[in-house]
Amino acid sequence: MKIGVITFPGSNGDMDCIHTLEQIGGCEPELIWHKSTDLLAADALVLPGGFAHGDYLRVGAIARFSPVMREVERFAGAGRPVLGICNGFQVLTEAGLLPGALLRNQHILFRCAWVHVRVESTGSPWLAGAQTGQVLKVAVAHGQGNYFADSDSLNGLQSRSQVALRYCDADGVVTADSNHNGSVLSIAGVTNDAGNVLGMMPHPERSSDPLLGSSDGRVMFESVVRSLIGVAS
Amino acid sequence: MSAQISPEALREVALSREEYDLAVRLLCREPNTVELGVLGAMWSEHCGYKNSRPLLGMFPSEGTAVLQGPGENAGAVRLGGGLAAVFKVESHNHPSAIEPYQGAATGVGGIVRDIFTMGARPVALLNSLRFGPLDERESRMLLAGVVRGIGDYGNSLGIPTVGGEIGFSPSYRGNPLVNAMCVGVAPADELVRGLAGAPGNVLLLVGADTGRDGIHGATFASVDDPQESHKGVIQVGNPFMEKLLMEACLELLGSPHVVGMQDLGAAGLTSSSVECAGRTGSGVEMDVSQISRRETGMTPYEVMLSESQERMLLVVTPDGADAVRRVFEKWDLHSDVIGVVTDDGLLRVRDGAVTVCELPVHLLTEDVPRYTRVGKPSTALLARRERDITPLVAGVTLPVHEQLLTLLGSPNIGSKRWAWEQYDHTIQTSTTLGPGAADAAVICVRQTGEGLALTMDCNSRHCLLDPYAGGMGAVVEAARNLACVGARPLGLTNCLNFGNPEKPEVYWHLSECIRGMADACTTLGIPVVSGNVSLYNESERQAVYPTPVVGMVGSLPDVTKAVGLGFREGCAVYMLSAGPVPTLAGSEWLAVLSGVDAGLPPLPDLDGEARLHELLRSGINDGWILSAHDVSEGGLAVALAECAIAGDAGLPAALPSEAMSVEHLFGETPGVVIIGVRADQSTTLETRSSQANLACHSLGVAVGRDLTVEGVFTIAVEQLTAAHSRALEAQVTRFDP
Repeated sequence: MKIGVITFPGSNGDMDCIHTLEQIGGCEPELIWHKSTDLLAADALVLPGGFAHGDYLRVGAIARFSPVMREVERFAGAGRPVLGICNGFQVLTEAGLLPGALLRNQHILFRCAWVHVRVESTGSPWLAGAQTGQVLKVAVAHGQGNYFADSDSLNGLQSRSQVALRYCDADGVVTADSNHNGSVLSIAGVTNDAGNVLGMMPHPERSSDPLLGSSDGRVMFESVVRSLIGVAS
Repeated sequence: MSAQISPEALREVALSREEYDLAVRLLCREPNTVELGVLGAMWSEHCGYKNSRPLLGMFPSEGTAVLQGPGENAGAVRLGGGLAAVFKVESHNHPSAIEPYQGAATGVGGIVRDIFTMGARPVALLNSLRFGPLDERESRMLLAGVVRGIGDYGNSLGIPTVGGEIGFSPSYRGNPLVNAMCVGVAPADELVRGLAGAPGNVLLLVGADTGRDGIHGATFASVDDPQESHKGVIQVGNPFMEKLLMEACLELLGSPHVVGMQDLGAAGLTSSSVECAGRTGSGVEMDVSQISRRETGMTPYEVMLSESQERMLLVVTPDGADAVRRVFEKWDLHSDVIGVVTDDGLLRVRDGAVTVCELPVHLLTEDVPRYTRVGKPSTALLARRERDITPLVAGVTLPVHEQLLTLLGSPNIGSKRWAWEQYDHTIQTSTTLGPGAADAAVICVRQTGEGLALTMDCNSRHCLLDPYAGGMGAVVEAARNLACVGARPLGLTNCLNFGNPEKPEVYWHLSECIRGMADACTTLGIPVVSGNVSLYNESERQAVYPTPVVGMVGSLPDVTKAVGLGFREGCAVYMLSAGPVPTLAGSEWLAVLSGVDAGLPPLPDLDGEARLHELLRSGINDGWILSAHDVSEGGLAVALAECAIAGDAGLPAALPSEAMSVEHLFGETPGVVIIGVRADQSTTLETRSSQANLACHSLGVAVGRDLTVEGVFTIAVEQLTAAHSRALEAQVTRFDP
């Protein structure tokens, strides 16, 4: 399966995604330059972490105007799998492909650490192979990952099972302490209504090798490959 | 001859009257204003190393692994698989004293440019920081700003910050030290040099536009008391621009059109063009009117000495300029053709048709005055060294377990997690042993699976009290830290932070530290491949403690073999020793509990160290040593606590009866390591250590939830962790940014 990884100027997680996807059976990752309008026949797209366009104005605010984004919107609109990681999540909310917004961490500082998230919903092709309630150990590294949505939107997100991941402790309990950046309802990742677009602050691509501290993130990439094979056959 | 020049004009460029006279003699005329500015910058300590170069000759810089020694943008050593590790450390002390956030950020930007200029992709950052006492508001403000500046810049570039050190002492009050190190990986046969090459080659200035920021930065770095006057010279960083510049330059690797690359750092275009020309013995001619500016009305003087960040000078073949410029355009970067390489050996600067500067390159590089001074320790220092510390030791009445908890919670020993969590250390998916996990950081070289081990070290209190032993100690500690993860040192870079070398006591510290470092490097076979000298680190006329920071790079063939420092349950724990008896003289214990830095620290035993490091490497790479941690600040008791905290495991330790004194528990000595050995391999260790003539004491088996030294104390690991983890955070959060 071809997985396109989009490089904006200032993206810095693009090569990490390529590297990790190369280790997943059945994946053929490829970089897509932000000025391109050709998605290279990709079967799924990843918007990586970084600081697209220097995060000037507001995180993700300029990236949504990159030429490639019109194609990304069309791709997402057709129900095909799109994953936004960290800055990629921020871009997707700015582009209106995901609800809510990402604010500065409650404690102000950038924070790089290992945290745990609990899978809340497996409706997305990126989480189809995980179990609801499964706890994943994942890396976070961001200064603006404090998820916010107003209460009406939150009610909608919950009733349509769009909350995909929540920060929790190692035992899977959602606690105030484990909500390291102050996100509303401890939300670490959300999907669109259809479930094909997923945005998350943690980095599954950095959490896919036991040597680096965790391989729990692999399930996401393996899930999408499996669901794409399912679609193709 | 020099009657015309005013003292003010000389002060502006930080040249002495004698230096000016020398320049006039060599030039056979008086320099004009632009030329004077260029001379001042190139003859500054920062660019010209006029006080330090004669001493730097003591360092060994050759070895079979060396691909590039000192004199280039960075040094390079050979790795496996046809790759090279490219690395260097650089200071940004004075800018950080004035504006901690931007000073530290642009320090990172500068060292990263040095690495990708060599054609290497930066794979890791480290930093070594020193501040005044943490209980003073100014120190906390500087710490908070510096850490945020380092984080924001390095995080944006996507380079993991994997290690380093932070220290506090009153000597750094008003003059913090901010030393940043960058490591890159490149194909060994594609290293790029800062060369001008053949006449006719074209000079291309790329990246940010040139503004008035940072004028006189190089001379500013070479005078004491940063607080005094130089606020206007601080540069402002733009990591986004640097990221684009880095990607574009790396995309140009292997291009037949690129002859040389040189980043614009201290003294901006002046030093970068002169260095390129100097390395190939050619000249350069530039037209400043062709340079894009961000401000109007800039004079040629200002353009030549601007230190605007995120700029690179490329030397390209005459027919290659268009092709090279197209790559920069892809990354939305602007480039200007600003001049050509000539064969007349002159730096000629024009402003349109008018020549504004014409100086021999030789005058700016080879003719820099060199000073060999006579150093002498001050009487105050001699008294400090000879002070009898016995009454001080007797005066500490705190129970031993509280001494340990106090040390664990003290700023120099306590956890630096608050700082390193602000640094992205997991990006590039290669950090296998990150901050806090081991004595050195370890990253994986993806192409080959080789492990790259990195560390920065310096005990400045030891360097103050005995600069020869302290300089030596910085090198052996770095080498020992690499050995503790299983790596063999390949090369060393250093950042020599000292006060005003014109003072005999400072010069004595400088020369003795270098002598100690050089002796250690020679005996251990570690070449010095790059470095940086930062002198005039003083405030209110007081020099900082001598701080020759060592950055060391090593490797182990298989990254998966590297071990951390934490106890592993069930391991047999041993203490291996190659050093002299521990002493409280010059120790962290004495500083924390008596507030005194006094006595003579121990001299490392270099041969013993070499045998110890070899044994560690062999046991780790063969898989029977499963953890290793060296005993440093705080002595054995603190080292044991750190192993327990990192491994979240206890140890009931039985010490030999003579080792239960405060001197043995908290005294410091080089060459002692705590290791965890696979339970069934104790005999192997005992045989090997006796063959290597190393003292080996069995301490017990790692188990349970308490750290016990039989007959002395029992403390729960949780309690140790609590004391250790809060050390920095509890203080820093008192400051509201």
